[in-house]
Amino acid sequence: MSSVSYDHVVKRYTSDLTVVKDFNVEIADKEFMVLVGPSGCGKSTALRMLAGLETITEGEIRIGDKVVNHLAAKDRDIAMVFQSYALYPHMSVYDNMAFPLQMKKMKKSEIDKRVKQASGILGLDNFLKRKPKALSGGQRQRVALGRAIVRNPKVFLLDEPLSNLDAKLRGQTRVELQKLHRDLETTFIYVTHDQVEAMTMGDRIAIMNAGILQQVGAPGEIYDHPANLFVAGFIGSPSMNLVPVTTQNGNAKAPGFDIKLPKPVSAEKGILGFRPEALTDRVADDGATLEMKVEVVERLGSDQFLYGTVGGEMVTARVDPRMKVAPGDQARLGLDLRGIHLFDAETEKALL
Amino acid sequence: MDLSLLLTDVPTLLFVIVAVPAVLGAYIVGGEFLVRRLPDRARGSVRPWIWVVPALVFVTAFLVAPAVGTVFTSFQSHEGGWIGLTNYQRQLTDFPTGGAWIAIRNNLYWLVLYTLFVLFFGLLLAVLFDRVPYESVVKSLIFMPMAISAVALGVIWKFMFWYQPADAPQTGTLNAIVVNVFHQAPKTWLTDVSVNNFALIAAAIWGITGFSMVILSAALKGIPADLLEAARVDGAGEITIFRRVIFPLMMPTVVVVGTTLVIFALKAFDIVYVMTAGNFGTDVLANRMYKLLYQADNPGGASAVAIILLIAVIPVLIFNLRQFRAVEARR
Amino acid sequence: MTAEVAARTGISTTTRFSPAWLAERLQGVVLHVAVIGLTVAWMVPAAGLLISSFRPFTAINSSGWWTALAPPYNFTLDNYVKVLQSSNMGHSLFNSFMITIPAVVIPITIAAFAAYAFAWMKFPGRDWIFLALVGLLAVPLQLSFIPVLKVFVSIGLVVQNWGFVGVWLAHTGYGLPFSIYLLANFFRALPSDLFESAEIDGAGTLTVFFRIVLPLSVPAVASLVIFQFLWIWNDLLVALIYVGGTASVAPLTVTLANLTNSLGQGYNLLTAAAFISMIVPLVVFLTLQRYFVRGILAGSVKG
Ligand SMILES: Nc1ncnc2c1ncn2[C@@H]1O[C@H](COP(=O)(O)OP(=O)(O)OP(=O)(O)O)[C@@H](O)[C@H]1O
Ligand SMILES: [Mg+2]
Repeated sequence: MSSVSYDHVVKRYTSDLTVVKDFNVEIADKEFMVLVGPSGCGKSTALRMLAGLETITEGEIRIGDKVVNHLAAKDRDIAMVFQSYALYPHMSVYDNMAFPLQMKKMKKSEIDKRVKQASGILGLDNFLKRKPKALSGGQRQRVALGRAIVRNPKVFLLDEPLSNLDAKLRGQTRVELQKLHRDLETTFIYVTHDQVEAMTMGDRIAIMNAGILQQVGAPGEIYDHPANLFVAGFIGSPSMNLVPVTTQNGNAKAPGFDIKLPKPVSAEKGILGFRPEALTDRVADDGATLEMKVEVVERLGSDQFLYGTVGGEMVTARVDPRMKVAPGDQARLGLDLRGIHLFDAETEKALL
Repeated sequence: MDLSLLLTDVPTLLFVIVAVPAVLGAYIVGGEFLVRRLPDRARGSVRPWIWVVPALVFVTAFLVAPAVGTVFTSFQSHEGGWIGLTNYQRQLTDFPTGGAWIAIRNNLYWLVLYTLFVLFFGLLLAVLFDRVPYESVVKSLIFMPMAISAVALGVIWKFMFWYQPADAPQTGTLNAIVVNVFHQAPKTWLTDVSVNNFALIAAAIWGITGFSMVILSAALKGIPADLLEAARVDGAGEITIFRRVIFPLMMPTVVVVGTTLVIFALKAFDIVYVMTAGNFGTDVLANRMYKLLYQADNPGGASAVAIILLIAVIPVLIFNLRQFRAVEARR
Repeated sequence: MTAEVAARTGISTTTRFSPAWLAERLQGVVLHVAVIGLTVAWMVPAAGLLISSFRPFTAINSSGWWTALAPPYNFTLDNYVKVLQSSNMGHSLFNSFMITIPAVVIPITIAAFAAYAFAWMKFPGRDWIFLALVGLLAVPLQLSFIPVLKVFVSIGLVVQNWGFVGVWLAHTGYGLPFSIYLLANFFRALPSDLFESAEIDGAGTLTVFFRIVLPLSVPAVASLVIFQFLWIWNDLLVALIYVGGTASVAPLTVTLANLTNSLGQGYNLLTAAAFISMIVPLVVFLTLQRYFVRGILAGSVKG
């Protein structure tokens, strides 16, 4: 069993600098969990506490059933891939991968077997004798993975392992990592600030902001039901349209907007949210219509995005690519009421 | 050459080469072995001390304790009684020729001339050498005196300054030039009080310029080529580029090298000791202290001079450290 | 390709005799003259002595070294032969090695231990102790001689009983501040990821030190070795104090200084002796110059 659980975990550097606050997550065995959030929100810190590289100020972290708070990093049976890869520059690829096994005083023949196996999986067979300096970024990244794989760890930790790769290689490696996860059947915890990586790779995603866990859930669930304003704005590209509204008699109102909410809400001031794909050129009878002053038209082949204002608010719409529209036009667009969200203006929590 | 001694001593040397690292290695491995047996909590707080204690012991024994002792001695008479500031007063009486004043004056000469000329030559050579393809060769040549001992340097320069009476052929390089090129009387460079300090400083400059050249040259190469090209595109001439772009960018490094040189100048000793032993008005503080200690048997006075020197060095050192941090931070 | 060549030749034909081209050439010439002239001038003091060391006694005393550059050539190895026979240069050379090697190994090893702790371990007072260590760079060594020597004598740690042990220990104490400073700066610049990765991989403190820190610090250690080697090999003062001038134990510098004082006008031997004393440091220096420069830079501009 290599589930991981964070139980009311806090990381405090000084009395007034708390970078992880009351962090609670259960990560199931063999799950691919992605920890995502903006830069500086404490993702790495959360991960490093699990790795044993930072002390835990409060709370407990368990791997399986075992509390690991006071266990040394090497005894936690985890492997970590660093953003910089942290390859030992003076050792060959082979020695880099063999190093953790040598530390376990494993037999030479067993080490050799495991390194060969890992290098086979990662396609590094031809590079075993080289030093890291003589490898490309992608190859280095695979060596870092290899060093983690050979240990056969209970939990695999990856801290932004793709951010030093170019866009194409990143896409490729994303797929390879998922395949690796299936083949190894191990728990993966993956830290990134890139929400596209999070959405495409994770079985589940945990979103953090300013040290606080915002929401945990499957990618689709988070996309469709963001728990609060931050998650709504963070996940999705282009991001969700957010418009301050006042609610009266089950309607949300703002200049240019008058939208019937699917169910009545108690709060008076709210933020109305809808993704660009909910605002289209299809005007339905039971839906709402918005008049948009188009400012920028972005044609992407399969899609067409319109950027403009509705009643003074910046709004993005995703319309049929065949729709003829030019900057300066007034466009009549339909809002799909199944795709609207409402957040409390004060607590920022979802109300619908 | 007496080889018998060599034969008995070579095994000793080999033994030392093996035994010394073995002892040190055994210390650290043994220390770590003991630390691992400690309870978890204690381990982290004990381990660093295992690693630093040998260094601290040596430094305390050979530098800190003697320095503290020197402070005490500087307030004591030869017999050990407390005499307050008397030692300092004796060193600072009869301005400008009594006590330590000559040495202080000469240290100021060193401070200004040595520092400025070494910086100047270092910068000049760095800039010039940067433009020729055989840079590494000429740099090594200029740098080479760094490898020479002060004693050998003294021999080299005594030879430069050699004096023969006016009617004899001059064998010293400098006097040969003075006589044959400028048709002047030969000078006694090391004993003539009007030039001897500058002669010593010149020898010292010759020895250290390679050091400043190497650092300044690295700083020069650290200036991005784009920046110079941009300046050229903007229509700046080479001299303007040097004044307005290169020099300001190198300034922090120049300051670091400069303060290091100031410390060297304040601590100047070897060359003076070897070439004139501080006679003929060439004394400097470090040499005066040495003389008071070993020739005049005046530990109190020597200590007072040492403390004066220390007090002069410390602010420079602090400045140097600050500046060094600033250079690092800018990288 | 052909267009390129054409363009190039085109440029050269049009500019060959232009004033700009001439000015550039002239600048080039002036530059080379300045560079070579300065370098040659810089070499004069050492070259003069080197040439003199190969001249016979009478010639040195009666004419300048530059006259030897013109025929008739009159060079001899006499000075070298005599100096090796009459004084104990050979033995001094050995003493110099005997003093220098341990006095390089001990402080650098101890400094490496301490620098590792200063760079990568946490302990109370760490930064203050480090700063104090650096401050010790300013202490004039002279003031430590008497108190230390007193202690040495009182516990019998003198040359007669213990050979060079006393001077090794003294050099260790004196060499540590700079060594620690240089190495700690270098160690600190190693990426922290490496240490964390090693920790996860299960490497202990010793393994990290010997298998990661030291191998990665070869340039810094090498430069420090050269520094320390040159400083001790060339040292006169510490050797005078702790070893003394006795012929059987004197290192090269002491013997040379004695020669300087005793020979007076006997410059011919001194010239040769000075060059003998320079051979080892120059060889060390020239073969390892690259590291030496890197070390100086590590201690000043580059981290
Ligand atoms: N040793 C430390 N002392 C004080 N504050 C720290 C320390 N280490 C990290 N922090 C702070 O903790 C916060 C969280 O850092 P962390 O590295 O976990 O961010 P992150 O979410 O991984 O960001 P990124 O995406 O940029 O890597 C940051 O604001 C950082 O400044
Ligand atoms: Mg991070």
